[in-house]
Amino acid sequence: MRLNVNGRDIDVDADPDMPLLWALRDLAGVMGPKFGCGVAACGACTVWIDGQPVRSCSEPVGGVNGRITTIEGLSANGELHAVQKAWIELQVAQCGYCQSGQIMSAAALLAAKPDPTDAEIDEAMAGNLCRCGTYPRIRAAIHRAAAIAKAGG
Amino acid sequence: MSRLGTITRRTLLVAAVAAAGGVAFGYYSYRKPYPNPLDGELGEGEATFNPWLKIAADGKITIIAPRAEMGQGIHTTLAALVAEELDVTLESVTVEHGPPGHVYYNEKMTEEGPFPFWDESLFANSMRGAMGVAAKFLGIQGTGGSTSVRDAYERMRLAGATAREMLKDAAARRFGVDAATLRTAGGKVADPASGKSFGYGELAAEAAALPPRDVALRERKDWTLLGKPQKRVDMPAKVTGAPIFAIDVRLPDMLHGTVRMSPRFGAKATRVDLSKAGKMPGVIKIVPIETLYGSGFGIIAANTWAAFKAAEAIDVDWGAAAYPPDDAAIAARLAETLDRRDGAALRDDGDVETAFANATPDRLIEAAYSAPYLAHATMEPMNATAWLRDGKLDIWCGNQGPTLVRQFCAEAAGIAEEQVSVHTTLMGGGFGRRIELDFSLYATLLAKEAGGKPVKVTWTREEDMTHDAYRPAAAGRFRAAIGADGMPVALDMNIATPSILKSILSRTFPSISPGGPDRLLSEGAFDQPYAITHCRVTGSEADLSIPTGFWRSVGNSQNAFFHECFLDEIAAKTGLDPVQMRLKLMADYPVAAKVVAKVAEMADWATPPPAGRARGVAFCISFGSWVAQIAEVSQTPSGIRIEKIWCAADLGTVLDPEIVKAQMMSGIVFGLSQAVSQQITFADGMVQQGNFSDYDALRINQCPEIEVELLDNAPKMGGAGEPGTPPAAPALANAISALTGKRIRSMPLNREIDFA
Repeated sequence: MRLNVNGRDIDVDADPDMPLLWALRDLAGVMGPKFGCGVAACGACTVWIDGQPVRSCSEPVGGVNGRITTIEGLSANGELHAVQKAWIELQVAQCGYCQSGQIMSAAALLAAKPDPTDAEIDEAMAGNLCRCGTYPRIRAAIHRAAAIAKAGG
Repeated sequence: MSRLGTITRRTLLVAAVAAAGGVAFGYYSYRKPYPNPLDGELGEGEATFNPWLKIAADGKITIIAPRAEMGQGIHTTLAALVAEELDVTLESVTVEHGPPGHVYYNEKMTEEGPFPFWDESLFANSMRGAMGVAAKFLGIQGTGGSTSVRDAYERMRLAGATAREMLKDAAARRFGVDAATLRTAGGKVADPASGKSFGYGELAAEAAALPPRDVALRERKDWTLLGKPQKRVDMPAKVTGAPIFAIDVRLPDMLHGTVRMSPRFGAKATRVDLSKAGKMPGVIKIVPIETLYGSGFGIIAANTWAAFKAAEAIDVDWGAAAYPPDDAAIAARLAETLDRRDGAALRDDGDVETAFANATPDRLIEAAYSAPYLAHATMEPMNATAWLRDGKLDIWCGNQGPTLVRQFCAEAAGIAEEQVSVHTTLMGGGFGRRIELDFSLYATLLAKEAGGKPVKVTWTREEDMTHDAYRPAAAGRFRAAIGADGMPVALDMNIATPSILKSILSRTFPSISPGGPDRLLSEGAFDQPYAITHCRVTGSEADLSIPTGFWRSVGNSQNAFFHECFLDEIAAKTGLDPVQMRLKLMADYPVAAKVVAKVAEMADWATPPPAGRARGVAFCISFGSWVAQIAEVSQTPSGIRIEKIWCAADLGTVLDPEIVKAQMMSGIVFGLSQAVSQQITFADGMVQQGNFSDYDALRINQCPEIEVELLDNAPKMGGAGEPGTPPAAPALANAISALTGKRIRSMPLNREIDFA
């Protein structure tokens, strides 16, 4: 079957029941989305399908039709996304394992709500677990990313 | 028992590892330097100055930061130690974990003894010195005990400084001048007289062959990198999804796998039918696994998903548990242990029995506390990739002990240690879990059956959560006698919990049985800076063979909850202010008193919080760092909300304030997570939790605002990774008690109260 990942068509030979996450990681070699739980409980595997964040660990690959964006496809023309810039500026990541999922959720939130409130951030990000406890910096960095994006960065 | 006889168990663990590892003791081997592991693996044009530094002819500088990077920022700070003296920026160097090596032994990890951190007696310091010598003998490269910076502080600055002087010596020969006249900056050695300079790369080969000279380290006032916040060297990779973790390893013709181990620890399969699992699509081979860590099956498959499905399809019955099989039986075992009253008191001041015999009932407080087993639940599940071919083993894994991984995997593969290459990757969380060897061993055993191909063995979250080395359950009975002024005159704490070190030895060096008192049983309670005339803190070892291990802050993680909540009960009973009572008790320990006073000032403790809110305070010195926290909570329609945590911490000299603050914040969220909801429970000998749906941690919507300030009054440097965790749970429980009047004495708190 054919997947469109970050603008590139990739043919994978997968059981249709295989979660998209494993098709991406084991078959297509796209390693940005991480395996954390397998039951959509931690958000480490978050990717976009047609711009909407989904938990790729619980999405059977056979049912995926849209354009898939992973963290590898988030930045454009060699320039980091505003969320990634803010993450570096505020030094958010610790172990970093959950961060591709955090960043994909945060970027989707900002695409829908360019200037989210703390309550909106909490609602959009509650499905993304971080065992290092980077939440205070994530919250601050989402506000910072909103400002960077508004300024055209 | 004489104090000299009270050798800690961690000491004995180290001695045990030495004996089993065949490390020779003797003055000669202590004096003899370990070889530089970089010698054997230099690239074209590369020269190595010492085990921490390589410089290539093209000017590329590689600093080896030989400690596990699990998120704590250690690679950045260790690299800064070398870069500071080498006169290079962090942006201009590459930082690598590097190969395993005894030369990277951790001197501080074995140093702690049965003494409080501030004990500067000749005896305490002699023991610490002896342990440092033992650490060098044994050469165990390990990350743990919040020791990495303390251990590296001299050694890695010396590595940078001696290399700088060697580069200057090489340049001096070329310029024909005295090396003392030369200057280093920006990766170059410059001759001010001629205005000419040589890049480090141009000098590297020549300089590395020169003898190192004795060199003085720069003074703190002259630092340009240390003491100031640095951009983390791992940040760009971590925000772009780069394949930096062990689970991201990809190799040619790589197979995938997983394991399904007995859910009852130490039990084996009593009946198994592999026929269905073996025929599933993508399955290549199912192999039995027998190790001291556990018994079960490994599945080799074409992809991870196929391996997971096959593991689930194995039709198997497992043997019975040889330990109390459920929570009630475990609690009963802890209670029996307390009843025996035969534990070791690492603090025994005054005359406790007489003080209680003389106390009238109205001046007595008694309480019973408990804490459950806990899983580490790192975000990256346990995994490793192993490749055994032509008598050589390569293994990629995130681990906290590379020399132990090499030793154990060599044995499992049946080859010599020299034939094993350990590639230590960045880690998706560690918290103590990745010092264990199970995931590396299982991958090695599957690699033996993989026909010379590499195999990546990934555990499911359920396998990970049900096969941890858990933070042990604990129970305590405490009593206090109150004086006329409301202050405690006598305190008696008896804490029962199983021995972590005995558990670790049982799966690594089972012929060794440790003896002597174990500080981990009562740390966080026996070693706190409170002057109470009659004070006894007893650690009672419970016989429970459920595997336990080092969980961020170890014994402090539950004992600070016990100790600081019970102190709060004393204050509540006598009407004393909990901050003022602590300040009075710690008057002889100004470093402690200053962090408590500071956190009270940050939280404006003297001004009561608005209606519907309350605050609680807690303190703990652990891993050499003095930390006080105040929690503020509110009542909402859906339950208790944690509004804010203030934290004042004194680690002495801080090398990177932002990284240390991030570690405090991280430790606080880790501590609040255990306090709010975490518990591993048992039924029929098996762990009942399997995933984040039933073993969760704090989410962003529950995470309070956190404010951290660092003080610098402590004369000795403390650790950063763990000390933020212990005070968080008691500060929260004390705030909840202040808000609701409900004293919760058992974790997790959500068994008795709802959280928003």
